[in-house]
Amino acid sequence: MSFSTSFWSLANPARFMSLTARAVPILSVLAGVCLVGGLVWGFFFTPDDYRQGSTVKIIYLHVPAALMAINGWLMMLVASLIWLVRRHHVSALAARAAAPVGVTMTLIALITGAVWGQPMWGTFWAWDPRLTSFLILFLFYLGYMALWAAIDDPDTAADLTSVLCLVGSVFAILSRYAVNFWNQGLHQGASLSLDREKNVADVFYHPLLLSMAGFILLFLALVLAGTRTEIRARRLHALRLRERMA
Amino acid sequence: MPDLGRYALEVGFAYAATLILLLTLVGITIWRGRRVKRALQAAEGRRHG
Repeated sequence: MSFSTSFWSLANPARFMSLTARAVPILSVLAGVCLVGGLVWGFFFTPDDYRQGSTVKIIYLHVPAALMAINGWLMMLVASLIWLVRRHHVSALAARAAAPVGVTMTLIALITGAVWGQPMWGTFWAWDPRLTSFLILFLFYLGYMALWAAIDDPDTAADLTSVLCLVGSVFAILSRYAVNFWNQGLHQGASLSLDREKNVADVFYHPLLLSMAGFILLFLALVLAGTRTEIRARRLHALRLRERMA
Repeated sequence: MPDLGRYALEVGFAYAATLILLLTLVGITIWRGRRVKRALQAAEGRRHG
């Protein structure tokens, strides 16, 4: 079976439930190992930075959370487009399940960024392009979740939240590239680069990679688990409607 | 425990806040998953029984 055929077969709820029943526990264990490993390595076994002191240890939380905040929305965008074009319910439910995970990642990035910013910049917050676009992305996540909760008809809710997701994608992209677009503000450019001169030092880089892997795997495990719950909730809703009509 | 120097409060707060948020998220995901699964099993039991 080709990757394409295998990917689209996930649109079948029964097939999705069968495959993810095995995937979620494996992903959860891997996420736990990478997350604990990366954070323990970064917190206990890396030196202080010569300029930032011990605050550099916040990088193992802030960068992976920000990465998943943006990519979480982009995953929702892909799922929403699949819903709008091909009307696969599982993709709409996957987008819905990703929102609480994404909003938590965004909140972690905002909190850790503020706590890191105070000693480095002298302020918890500035209306810097990157910080502001991140705050707007956070508000979009909340709006997206509120819209799902506010509409009873699941297909209408999926349609409207998908459109909201398309609009919010502008801010997901701005969150990533605001520093490059405006070249101003307090926030630095990307911490990771293929250029060794610009990349963080190896001593910080390797635990950071492990922590990022942990956040990515945790995101995947939680989104798959959440999608399974949404599929069951949809079935439960249908059964309850039938009971009422009987 | 590493010596965090003058930034111990900031670093400690960042780690504590992150862990609390992640554990809450994981807890809510598991709790809601189990609650919906139980309710669905009960509804299917009524349908077939």
